Amino acid sequence: MHELSIAMGIVEIADKEALKAGVSKFNGIELVIGELSGVELASFDFAWQQAIKGTVLDASKLEIIRPPGMGKCLDCGCEFPMQQIYDICPSCHSYFKDITSGKELRVKSLLLD
Amino acid sequence: MCVSCGCGGGHSHDHEHIDSSKIIDVEKDILHQNNLLAERNRGYFDAKEILCLNLVSSPGSGKTSLLEKTLTDLKDTIPFAVIEGDQQTTNDADRIHATGTKVTQINTGKGCHLDAHMVYHALQGLKPVSESILFIENVGNLVCPAMFDLGEKYRVVVMSVTEGDDKPLKYPDMFYSSHLCVINKIDLLPYVPFSIEKAKENARRVNPNLEIIEVSSLTGEGMHQWYDWLKVKQQQTAEV
Repeated sequence: MHELSIAMGIVEIADKEALKAGVSKFNGIELVIGELSGVELASFDFAWQQAIKGTVLDASKLEIIRPPGMGKCLDCGCEFPMQQIYDICPSCHSYFKDITSGKELRVKSLLLD
Repeated sequence: MCVSCGCGGGHSHDHEHIDSSKIIDVEKDILHQNNLLAERNRGYFDAKEILCLNLVSSPGSGKTSLLEKTLTDLKDTIPFAVIEGDQQTTNDADRIHATGTKVTQINTGKGCHLDAHMVYHALQGLKPVSESILFIENVGNLVCPAMFDLGEKYRVVVMSVTEGDDKPLKYPDMFYSSHLCVINKIDLLPYVPFSIEKAKENARRVNPNLEIIEVSSLTGEGMHQWYDWLKVKQQQTAEV
């Protein structure tokens, strides 16, 4: 259940931003969580509800952007969609690739009152 | 200005107009705080030429037995220190302590992984000596510890032949982020339906750069390869 640590990390980031902006709450938060990031959204939602209670994010609208998994083959250069991090190049079947999208895990923005 | 469409307002859209002055662009990695502390740990290891290894696996793959055997065999040639991570008990630390090695136990309580902050505090008490090898035995869990950099130089994933040979495909994140895979308990191969070749193929499919060593920490078979790997990596750490 590392999703709870993830959620608490987000609250920590929001806390610092609230202090900088001199506000006591945010109306919304935008996260970027890639499809290959290793975060289960169902677990995350559950952890999120617990983690934001009584914090600057309590009652803030949560928006999650989900970049899809994409890889680029290091042997033939082919770019291909990935569902799993062990997906192989569909063109030359090489195991060697760069994951170009889907590993994102960041706080994009916070919305003030 | 509206941040959705960039217009100056004054007309209607199907989206809500949000004033850009109300948006704080954060663009910060969620694991930023952990990663900062991991880099701090890494700096400490570099300065003291300590080779730090993060051992990860599912519960029961034999991480502690592998360490016991390693420490017993090599403690006269290499200085070691160990950080043990478990939810509860000091059982593993007691086993390591019995080999005469410096050890600190971290109990994570309900936590399912170690993070860089816990390791940072453990180091303050442990004070590993220069040019030593520090093993961090993570909580037995192939999922959560994958996301948390502790500042280690290499991540070592241990799997055993009593598990399925499809483990790398079931828990790809851990195998993807590891540098070395130790396949343990090979003395049991005649008794279990485990294919070493399939396991290696699956592991390399997830991570083609993964090094693989087969050992039995019980009989000692293959352990020399693991020891050679440790010695080479320790030498490289001291030379940088």
